[in-house]
Amino acid sequence: MSEHKQNRFLPYLREDRLPHIFCPGCGNGAIINAFLAAMEKAGMDFDNIAMVSGIGCSSRIPGYLKCDSLHTTHGRALSFATGLKTANKDLDVVVFTGDGDAASIGGNHLIHAARRNINLTVICINNNIYGMTGGQISPTSPKGSFGTTAPYGNQDTPFKLAELVAAAGASYSARWTTVQIENLVLAIKAGLENPGFSFIEVATQCPTYFGRKNKLKTPTAMAAVMKANTVFKSAADRMRPKELEGKIVVGEFANARKDEFTQGIDKISVEKSGKKTLINSAYEVEL
Amino acid sequence: MAEEFFIQGNEACAKGAIAAGCRFFAGYPITPSTEVAETLARELPKVSGSFVQMEDEIASAGAIIGASWGGAKSMTATSGPGISLMQENIGYAFMSETPIVIVDVQRGSPSTAQPTMAAQGDMMQARWGSHGDYEPIALSPSSVQEFFDFTIKAFNLAEEYRCPVFVMADEVIGHMREKIVVDEDIEIVPRKRPEKTDDYLPFENIENGTTPMPAFGDGFNIHVTGLTHDERGYPDTNNPETHDMLIQRICDKVLNNKDKICSIKAENCEGADIIIVSYGAPVRSVVEAVNRTDKNVGFIKIDTPWPFPDEQIAELTKDAGDILVVEMNLGQMYYEVDRACKRNSNVHLMGVIGGLLPTPDEILDQIDRIGGN
Repeated sequence: MSEHKQNRFLPYLREDRLPHIFCPGCGNGAIINAFLAAMEKAGMDFDNIAMVSGIGCSSRIPGYLKCDSLHTTHGRALSFATGLKTANKDLDVVVFTGDGDAASIGGNHLIHAARRNINLTVICINNNIYGMTGGQISPTSPKGSFGTTAPYGNQDTPFKLAELVAAAGASYSARWTTVQIENLVLAIKAGLENPGFSFIEVATQCPTYFGRKNKLKTPTAMAAVMKANTVFKSAADRMRPKELEGKIVVGEFANARKDEFTQGIDKISVEKSGKKTLINSAYEVEL
Repeated sequence: MAEEFFIQGNEACAKGAIAAGCRFFAGYPITPSTEVAETLARELPKVSGSFVQMEDEIASAGAIIGASWGGAKSMTATSGPGISLMQENIGYAFMSETPIVIVDVQRGSPSTAQPTMAAQGDMMQARWGSHGDYEPIALSPSSVQEFFDFTIKAFNLAEEYRCPVFVMADEVIGHMREKIVVDEDIEIVPRKRPEKTDDYLPFENIENGTTPMPAFGDGFNIHVTGLTHDERGYPDTNNPETHDMLIQRICDKVLNNKDKICSIKAENCEGADIIIVSYGAPVRSVVEAVNRTDKNVGFIKIDTPWPFPDEQIAELTKDAGDILVVEMNLGQMYYEVDRACKRNSNVHLMGVIGGLLPTPDEILDQIDRIGGN
């Protein structure tokens, strides 16, 4: 074995689960690094983090991190996370999801979790395709792009997730890409620090499926396209819709304090019972 | 001192949940179960519990599973259309061995059918509704008192066997008002916290099948997944032995304890020519019919449709020539009774749909039709 420098984030990983299942060139590794860097920068206690995910490549991330993790059903991660966070408001609950998981099968839960402004940090890894099932188009696939279920080109109009979630009421929503890691780290940090629903969309490359189907076969080719098409929100605000076609608008779409859902539940509990909602009451004989 | 209340079935269910230690409810409005949610929305904050109205029944089932891992005893209540929507997450709860309670106040079905009328059309959905092999526990109350008692029992069983438990009520029991007696000392089964040892396995293949369950935040750093997982909880999806060991254990922890879980009440079965088998609301009419007939008729009330008490029923009915199953569907538990009797007796079905309870007179007519002495 050749000697190599140990990744400083290795202590946060379940080493007994490695190697991981992600393809070469996948953006998930960079996003895990960005998350852990943001978590350290935010000064958070890793042991107090609980993760929830749905189904898909991005939803496999919590399984590699050494914290309590709930790998749930397709699209429903936010409903499980809502129950978990409400039952134990002291936990820092982080949700990893993808474009198919969050915006297609889980779209309703996404807008309702945003509407409640429940204190969750959601990292939505948007690769514009269903990777786990082998390259079908997703609700964020660009119009005209190809997938195994769009052999003649996608006719659907994609969702703009960060804007959708901001409109639904989230107190923090941002979009960055895997070629802007520093911005991404700061956005995740802001999301972790925001006491409300925080949504960080990460545009990422899937060379295996999106790339292969759309003549972008290498991760570097995909990164180059992503970089070339990135427009900062401040600039995008002054551009016409026609000019923005095919562009990835990056920046913050919501960042304002709002009433948080579980605080409201606690407030009612204090009013009616004199104390905040109980934590770990299932283990008690007398309540 | 025992206390007495004159309340509706759905209110009694909510009261039972709180008595059992339920401190988290998530649900979605649906007739005829809504009063369970309304009562808990009012009462849970008074005992420092949480009530969440979710965006649909899928989310409700997800939320109570999340809350259970968050350390709270949790429940949802719904009816047929909602039970249909919840099935995937219910399967997840079986696979991840998450204790939850699901109350189904059954109404006319399929589809939206008869929201305000009673039925027992979801019995097989409680048994087989989610895909794959698992062994559910279900209780069927036939009075407001039993709706209270069985809700408590459901929480206790969920904790004892770390699995979802159904309370299969119906519109009649949900909406009727009766007196209930609430004892001072109610037996509650608290969740067992595992010991923090180096070799702790959250899904250990232990002999009785049920491993103690930590809460998220307890420091166990466990991974919970609906994928086939090994004893550590890690996905191991292509190994036939891992899958076989996991699913066998999940099934056996219930099946091997049937003698403790199954509950029936039998009367006058010895030497009876005809034995009536029923569960839930129709039991009320069966009792009345059995009291009024001058024939030699016994009856069996099933408290726990699942796991089906087949051995007890086979033993009680072995000398009866005829068995009459009375239920509010076109034959669901009937097939289970027929299977249990192993063709020792003629098993007849009185399957009533339309939403009205079968009356004692209608049951007496069936008894006459069958014959007997």
